[in-house]
Amino acid sequence: MRIRKELFADERDDDLAIVGKPVRRQDIEGHVTGRTTFFDDRLVPGLLHIRCVRSTHDHARIRAIDTREAERVPGVRRILRWADLPKKAHNILTIFNFGIDDEPALADGKVRYRGEPIVAIVAESLRAADEAVAKVRVDYDPLPAVFDVEEALKPDAPLVNEYIGRNWFRYWGDYDCQQIRFGDVEAAFRQADVIVEGRYQMSPIEHAPLETQGCIVVPGEDGRFTVYTCTQGLHFSLDNTAAQLRLDTNRLHFIGGTVGGGFGGKVDTVVEPLAVLAAMLTGRPVRYVFTRAEEMQVSSPRGAERVYITDGVTRDGRILARKIVHYHDAGAYSRLSTYGTIKSAAHHPGPYWIPNVWVDSFCVFTNRTPSSAMRGFGVTGGDFALESQMDAVARAIGMDPLELRIKNAYRDGDMKAHRKLTEGAALIECIQVAAELARWPLSEEARSASSRIGGGGDRGRVPPTPPARTRLSDRGEGERGRETSRIDAAERPSARATTPPPSWLRSEARAVEARAVEDGARRAAEGGEGRRREEQEPPEPPRPASGHGALRFSSVFGSRRR
Amino acid sequence: MVTAVSFTLNGTAVAAVAEPAETLLSVLRHRLGDTSPKAGCLQGTCGACTVLLDGEPVLSCLLLADAAEGRRVETVRGLADGPTLHPLQEAFMDRFAAQCGFCTPGMIMAAKALLDRNPNPTREEVIEAISGNVCRCTGYLPIIEAILEAARRLAARR
Amino acid sequence: MPLSVRTTETLAEAAALLATERAARFLAGGTLLMRAVNEGDVSFSLLVRTRDPNFVRMRTAGGRIELGAGVTMARILAARELAFLHAPARAIGGPAVRSMATVGGNLFAEHPYGDFAAALLALDARVQLATGFGPREIPLEEFLRGRDRHPRALVSAVVFERPSDPAAFRFHKMTRTRPKGAAVLSIAAHLPLSGGRITGARVAYGAMGKTPIRARAVERALEGRPLSPEGIAPAVAVAAEGTDPPTDSLASAWYRRRVIGVVLRRLLLGEG
Ligand SMILES: Cc1cc2nc3c(=O)[nH]c(=O)nc-3n(C[C@H](O)[C@H](O)[C@H](O)COP(=O)(O)OP(=O)(O)OC[C@H]3O[C@@H](n4cnc5c(N)ncnc54)[C@H](O)[C@@H]3O)c2cc1C
Ligand code: FES
Ligand code: FES
Repeated sequence: MRIRKELFADERDDDLAIVGKPVRRQDIEGHVTGRTTFFDDRLVPGLLHIRCVRSTHDHARIRAIDTREAERVPGVRRILRWADLPKKAHNILTIFNFGIDDEPALADGKVRYRGEPIVAIVAESLRAADEAVAKVRVDYDPLPAVFDVEEALKPDAPLVNEYIGRNWFRYWGDYDCQQIRFGDVEAAFRQADVIVEGRYQMSPIEHAPLETQGCIVVPGEDGRFTVYTCTQGLHFSLDNTAAQLRLDTNRLHFIGGTVGGGFGGKVDTVVEPLAVLAAMLTGRPVRYVFTRAEEMQVSSPRGAERVYITDGVTRDGRILARKIVHYHDAGAYSRLSTYGTIKSAAHHPGPYWIPNVWVDSFCVFTNRTPSSAMRGFGVTGGDFALESQMDAVARAIGMDPLELRIKNAYRDGDMKAHRKLTEGAALIECIQVAAELARWPLSEEARSASSRIGGGGDRGRVPPTPPARTRLSDRGEGERGRETSRIDAAERPSARATTPPPSWLRSEARAVEARAVEDGARRAAEGGEGRRREEQEPPEPPRPASGHGALRFSSVFGSRRR
Repeated sequence: MVTAVSFTLNGTAVAAVAEPAETLLSVLRHRLGDTSPKAGCLQGTCGACTVLLDGEPVLSCLLLADAAEGRRVETVRGLADGPTLHPLQEAFMDRFAAQCGFCTPGMIMAAKALLDRNPNPTREEVIEAISGNVCRCTGYLPIIEAILEAARRLAARR
Repeated sequence: MPLSVRTTETLAEAAALLATERAARFLAGGTLLMRAVNEGDVSFSLLVRTRDPNFVRMRTAGGRIELGAGVTMARILAARELAFLHAPARAIGGPAVRSMATVGGNLFAEHPYGDFAAALLALDARVQLATGFGPREIPLEEFLRGRDRHPRALVSAVVFERPSDPAAFRFHKMTRTRPKGAAVLSIAAHLPLSGGRITGARVAYGAMGKTPIRARAVERALEGRPLSPEGIAPAVAVAAEGTDPPTDSLASAWYRRRVIGVVLRRLLLGEG
């Protein structure tokens, strides 16, 4: 490895003590001697084990659950149901006053994805638990399911999650998506020589950590529960477990620290609440560990993302405008996808200075496995789309893809679409070094470019942005002119009619909404005031304004001259 | 109903009671307290539970414990010679061949089975030897390098 | 009911137990059966094993080869006289799987497994069954066809003729990952040449149907032809005939049918 110390040498002291030097991991001796203690390496006598009965349907109402035979299996100590849950629905971000409690830890009368836990068997052995699982009879009433983000936004799509009340998450009480408005993309498209459109689709990705997630809970004499867990967020999981069980946090003692591979997949806190509840109700130590099949099928993956990008470009390779519609597939429940969607908007339009930017990022609910955090979720999928699009632009105008990137890269002093001034830009230098190592020929101009030269000035200002339909921060400006569609299935009887929620669910959902209103001004508009809004169609994939002579390249609609 | 099983674990004679269909992995971990073999999948697909039975790599999650009756079982706990680590262990540390460490005990045992049989393996043979062991963290290259490095260090000793 | 284990001295006793106990399964290497136990399969509660030495016997001297059903892939790989079988034996899992996985178990392995069974099909192997009433022998092809109808049969061994020319036996497995992975498909072929022309071709596929199958149309098209690009063209053209490959996470049925001819051509021409 070689460190390019000559780059930006004046920006730091040259006193790197660790970077660039081989250093042993602090915990590695434990790893190679087999002494590292993972949560499941705690040997606790008298353990009970949990296995869940899981939905065999993608979307169904549950008519009845018959556990009578299962209860008679020798060794079964308890069967947990939704009725046993101290808190009937939860989302891990509501402890920060963000989002909506939208997920029951055990099915609430409906299942919204295949593999959703319905009841939890607590038994003396895994074998007994497995036998009991096989004996539980669940009577399903299958419902139509939706698996595609754009299908889910259509007016007649089945409603996935009644707690949310619509198939997309409404941000800040009022916004159907996270938005960026910077400059005037439509006007800029008319100036462009070439329009390049792309549609990019990411699949869900399972973290597949080598250690499946799980925990061991030991009730103590002092009324506290010691929880050995592989969570990646010890305090986050402790707080969320306490919130779900309505316990004071000092009743829980979480011990973790060694995670057998996480990659973001071990923050959802799905095993701890049920295991602690089982320990509370039985007074016994309890172990709940996902099988490999469960880890693959029901632990949350990286969400599938679909991204439409339209670029307006000049022949000499300047990107004048970029319009993005980004759909983040949350699956059946929010988990952390509401936040991932915010990140996707925050990451667009990529590390490039583009004077006109328009972004809509939607968090959409479908009947797929709930998705959540994974290594830069929201960002990675966006980058895949953005960088593929950069290559498509380069091809469309016959320019070298690295030259195109250098030409458009952020320079210090540039205004980002998020109204932040660029500092410490280094993309140009990275590309230059990479090109050199790959022996990729660059023009003199690209080789002499610098992140410190050419930024700021006009590029450092927020461009005139059409009022009333742009500024995300200015919520006071009213509904009228805002361009983003407000899709209000809640006000569409048809959407509601497909899946009328059970009566208890309706009151729970109302209570949630009521709390959201109390929660502060930001959420004020949330349904409480009965204001009727214009119904609009779900968002279309972006199309540049017609009637100009730009050459149009499109992976969405084919390539043609308009 | 329980049965008794006895074998040599890392050079020491051990005995344990076990349920009739209990796996070797379970007996090692829960009855004998050697938690170094890991339960990564219990399906045979990850190799984290790999131990050596009479020198051959086996998946202890799929093997009934009594298959080890009277035989030699080796785990990574037995690799070090007192305070002196085995060259595989040293090389894994030096080459950053472990991140979370969950695959490491099985991976090292799979590598040991190879080096015991073939002290001077090619890169391809190393890859073949660990092909039943999944590592989700490292991307394998540091592991392959570490095993080749260990082979070199072992050769230098001879 | 907790899982229990019975170990019999003879194959016949094991066969009798399996025939009478509904909840019994025969345990060989356990790479599939124990996996089912660990994944929560409670459809059986008794594991039956045998110590019968015939179960693990290998007879490889001479022209007739007999492999006890309990012989592992690792033992085949250690037997130099079975070099022609090393490719299919090495195709099963990684080293640890191979020290456990048995020949007999492979005959029961469900899609996409059964690579070794495909090799045995191309060798025209016969299956010896232990029954409560004594041994019985049937062709492997017939056995596989009826496999799911009488799952309680106990296999004691497989027998087949050693190929007179080891080079006449070929095996190729196509996988998505290397060096190890479950089959997109596998092909085994026995192609004896006489005067430069194929006589008595036997070709078998793995992962191209519910069980490994013989590719009869290919065999007919190869008969009497030379192993040249022109000679094999008719066989390649009918490569997918009679197949019914499943769609799974490794490949679609469409893809398997599409690619089988390509793999077959490479195998026949020695390019793969
Ligand atoms: C990680 C992994 C990778 C694998 N990769 C492959 C692969 O690439 N290709 C492949 O073909 N297979 C593969 N397998 C599957 C399996 O290992 C092999 O098919 C093996 O040959 C099965 O043999 P076994 O002795 O382990 O069977 P067992 O698990 O003992 O038995 C399997 C089934 O066959 C029955 N059975 C076994 N022997 C007999 C007998 N003699 N008579 C009657 N019934 C019997 C059992 O009752 C059981 O129902 C893989 C398995 C794992 C875990
Ligand atoms: S735990 Fe045994 S192979 Fe994964
Ligand atoms: S180091 Fe984490 S799985 Fe290998």
